[in-house]
Amino acid sequence: MNITLRVWRQKGRDDQGRLVNYKLTDVSPDMSFLEMLDVLNEKLTLENEEPVAFDHDCREGICGACGVVIDGEAHGPEVTTTCQLHMRSFKDGDTITVEPWRAKAFPVIKDLVVDRGAFDRIIQAGGYISAPTGTAPDAHANPIPKPDADRAFDAATCIGCGACVAACPNASGMLFTAAKVTHLGMLPQGQPERASRVVNMISQHDEEDFGGCTNIGECAAVCPKGIPLDTISQLNRDLLGSLAKGVG
Amino acid sequence: MANSTLTKKRSTAYGSTVALKSAMAVTGAILVLYLIAHMYGNLKVFSGQEAFDGYAHGLRELGYPLLPEQGFLWIARIVLLASILIHIYAVAVLWRRAARARNDRYQVKKRVQRTYASYTMRYGGVLIAFFVVFHILHLTVNAIAPGGKSDSPFERLVNGFQPEFWYVTLFYVAAVIAVGFHLRHGIWSAMATLGANKASRQGKINAVAVAVSLVVTIGFLLPPLAVTFGLVSK
Amino acid sequence: MSDTDYFVVGDPILDEKAPEGPINERWDKRRFSAKLVNPANRRKLSVIIVGTGLAGASAAATLGEAGYNVTSFCYQDSPRRAHSIAAQGGINAAKNYRNDGDSIYRLFYDTVKGGDFRSRESNVYRLAQASVEIIDQCVAQGVPFAREYGGLLDNRSFGGVQVSRTFYARGQTGQQLLIGAYQALERQIAAGTVQMNTRHEMLELVVVDGKARGIIARDMVTGEIQTHFADAVVLASGGYGNVFFLSTNAMGCNVTATWRAHRKGALFANPCYTQIHPTCIPVSGDYQSKLTLMSESLRNDGRIWVPKEHGDTRDPRQIPEDERDYYLERIYPSFGNLVPRDIASRAAKNVCDEGRGVGPGGLGVYLDFADAIQRMGRAAVEAKYGNLFDMYQRITGENPYELPMRIYPAVHYTMGGLWVDYDLQSTIPGLFVTGEANFSDHGANRLGASALMQGLADGYFVLPNTINDYLAEGPFEKVDESHPEAVAAKEQVTSRIDTFLSLQGSRTVDSFHKELGHIMWEYCGMERSEEGLTKAIELIRDLREEFWRDVKVLGTNDELNQALEKAGRVADFLELGELMCIDALHRRESCGGHFRAESQTEDGEALRHDDEFAYVAAWEFAGDGNKPVLRKENLEYEYVEMKQRSYK
Repeated sequence: MNITLRVWRQKGRDDQGRLVNYKLTDVSPDMSFLEMLDVLNEKLTLENEEPVAFDHDCREGICGACGVVIDGEAHGPEVTTTCQLHMRSFKDGDTITVEPWRAKAFPVIKDLVVDRGAFDRIIQAGGYISAPTGTAPDAHANPIPKPDADRAFDAATCIGCGACVAACPNASGMLFTAAKVTHLGMLPQGQPERASRVVNMISQHDEEDFGGCTNIGECAAVCPKGIPLDTISQLNRDLLGSLAKGVG
Repeated sequence: MANSTLTKKRSTAYGSTVALKSAMAVTGAILVLYLIAHMYGNLKVFSGQEAFDGYAHGLRELGYPLLPEQGFLWIARIVLLASILIHIYAVAVLWRRAARARNDRYQVKKRVQRTYASYTMRYGGVLIAFFVVFHILHLTVNAIAPGGKSDSPFERLVNGFQPEFWYVTLFYVAAVIAVGFHLRHGIWSAMATLGANKASRQGKINAVAVAVSLVVTIGFLLPPLAVTFGLVSK
Repeated sequence: MSDTDYFVVGDPILDEKAPEGPINERWDKRRFSAKLVNPANRRKLSVIIVGTGLAGASAAATLGEAGYNVTSFCYQDSPRRAHSIAAQGGINAAKNYRNDGDSIYRLFYDTVKGGDFRSRESNVYRLAQASVEIIDQCVAQGVPFAREYGGLLDNRSFGGVQVSRTFYARGQTGQQLLIGAYQALERQIAAGTVQMNTRHEMLELVVVDGKARGIIARDMVTGEIQTHFADAVVLASGGYGNVFFLSTNAMGCNVTATWRAHRKGALFANPCYTQIHPTCIPVSGDYQSKLTLMSESLRNDGRIWVPKEHGDTRDPRQIPEDERDYYLERIYPSFGNLVPRDIASRAAKNVCDEGRGVGPGGLGVYLDFADAIQRMGRAAVEAKYGNLFDMYQRITGENPYELPMRIYPAVHYTMGGLWVDYDLQSTIPGLFVTGEANFSDHGANRLGASALMQGLADGYFVLPNTINDYLAEGPFEKVDESHPEAVAAKEQVTSRIDTFLSLQGSRTVDSFHKELGHIMWEYCGMERSEEGLTKAIELIRDLREEFWRDVKVLGTNDELNQALEKAGRVADFLELGELMCIDALHRRESCGGHFRAESQTEDGEALRHDDEFAYVAAWEFAGDGNKPVLRKENLEYEYVEMKQRSYK
């Protein structure tokens, strides 16, 4: 396959940035999208042009490091992570535009690499259960109904890639935040901190300059792990409950 | 920069995006209920001038003598005005926040699954706000009176939507359609914001949103169009 | 054995911390004899932890909770992305919730036997003891393990053991455990007990007066070379499978932290012990950057075969039954397709070496579900393996419900690592090593669902109870950036970076890495021979010389420079690769996952030599250009009788 790439190049945080065109020949349909970028980088290096920086690590769809906007869609045309997208999803002769996640909360570091530290800080604000090592009761002390455990698991599969923010017209981090609120809120162990958790996490979410949620659903539609949109409703319910109780 | 330690001061959740959205949802719900009542009143036009004017007059008397004359009307007006102001204030804050959150735009952006209605919320809302002002000046206060002033609400209606004032009708139709779209996404969004969305209920909530917005749109379009096309006249 | 062309034999090494007495009392004894640190004094003591996988994040969280000042580092943009996250299968624990005869002793026994008698009995027993607490701890943190309808935890049998002791969270157990540890870590970050440095890579260890006192790290965003000091350093930096270029490791996994420590005096134990996993998706072309594992559970229902004829390129569906060779069922009639990982892997390599492999390059064998679909129905197969089939289809573009899958072995885990004593302390005082980065508990072969168990045992329960004993010696002398050792270490790092950037050669870093990977896979992979290994050593030396002459790294140090990061990692792999080959060369026996051509039974099975090789091979760095020194730690088995494995 022959492919024309329009790749966002940006030297650093303060650089303006621009799309640069590159032509690639002999692209195999069996390559992953990131392997195609590897090939581009090998070629650029030999031509004395700096390779394109992009985040990636496990390349099996679980670490959440990779993620670029491909032709206007977070992670590209398939609902999966960028590393699991393959060139067979494109046609010979295609022009493909590759951009970084764009959000004030995710400033560009270089080229396609952004800083997602805001997500870690949302977790720091309350995305945990306080259970210091050694304090745990026996694992069977607290049976958990399977439907609750399953829903907690579904929410817990979030990989923190940030596609939800990238796809949201408001650059909202609500699906990410809601996934954690739902995961921990469905479990009996998560109850003692439930009311304060949601308040602290939402406050941090807002502090980080993410936009608000307008229930449009683009986040859940691009989520490679299928985090359900209704987790956001669960978060809202929890937050309103907390505010009503005066936890705010 | 690469240090991700929590340093920022936390704000209070009473002013959070979720709280603001909830305020929009509650005020939106009040306005939707009002719209349905308003539409019911409008449809009285098909029962003739007497019924229509009687209904309008009845509103002024509602609650009397428990309340002073026009008391109910003023309570309703205050609640509605407060709702509108809160609704607009919240959207202004959230809109500005969203614009700041996506400070750099994408060069290429594709819609994945969002509804057309969800695109129309903000600018459609602005159109509706302008219309409401015009609408009050036209049919409530009667300060703007195409086709002539009248003490009869029925006559004000019929005068205003005569074929020669097609642009008034057109503005009205456009605004009502904008309301329809606004409700299509707004009802869904309000339910989700207030915590009613569950995967199993998603279809039902959307069906309700579509149904209410269709009923309201058609219900509001019928009276003026009936006048314009001569089905209702003095 | 005497000195050879490749190494010299030094003094044996002894684990002085190992307690004696009945095996079930040893951990208690050690915990009791270890010195404690008064909570008020903990605030005055600091610990650096490199890596935020299961072993690193759990240790950082736990030491932070205990009140130490912890500084944590990871090369990823978030501690949540460490490669523990990719573990699929599960985590073993001797809970005996199934009442099926499991016990701490049985888990201990299975692990020692599975490690082919090359691990320490004391360590493995402690691991089995800690396994029980791990599950409790993780559940308390909110890890959503699979549950049954009664609300209690589900277990499954894994990796051929006869008891159901594996706890799991669908196929994402590693992810869920890591997120649990990550959340505990983030909680401590918020509490101010842990300072987190993401996108930081450790490039050198600072040793002052013989003690580990800090690290040199590069801020990968700004390029700043920083010196960080502490009273103790913990390396939890994972394994080195990426020396093979293609492996199931993440792209960034590297040996630099442990290798730099090795060069500063920490012994590197059993570097040649690598685990090769039989069911990975095969390579599809030269551009391939990584290999993806598919759960071993597929072998429960799939049948593995290749065509009988060499070079048979027909569509597999057109090959009649009698022209297929179900070679595992043929050679190992009693275990069939369920033989252990090492045997399945080697058999696949053998048939491919014979020219009967399938798919691109002839490096693959069929894993066929046609019989299973006929027997159970497609719906049942889908229910059981649907997500794996989807993953296979996404990667290969082939539909495994219609065409047999193609699989090939791939490097998956490295049992070798820095030598540590019972306290997880290396031969450099104050340098502790946890998780896959140490050599400790798996011997020559790791059992399925044991890696997660070891990482968390080390981080939550072992290290926090043993590091006290060292820290109690404090307060330690203050050191700052002006200390000659710190200056020298920093200077070393800077000059190496300057060299990379100034070479301006003609080959990319990846091209060297790929070539090294080919050499390692060919000669130091599943089957090794003296001839091959000596050849590999020469090839690696030549390649290393060429690398330092001709590598091309563009850009500068003062920015995010991924080629520069890779160059440093590959430079260390080029040194490690040689040591791995030397280790493999000296170990003239077949053990665990490692088949030595010169050491086999009459019918071609692995032959261990317990009389000669029942020891840990701990290698000492003797300076560039000098032969490494072999220090042996003898292994004694008081509880488990040494036996040869047989699966026929």
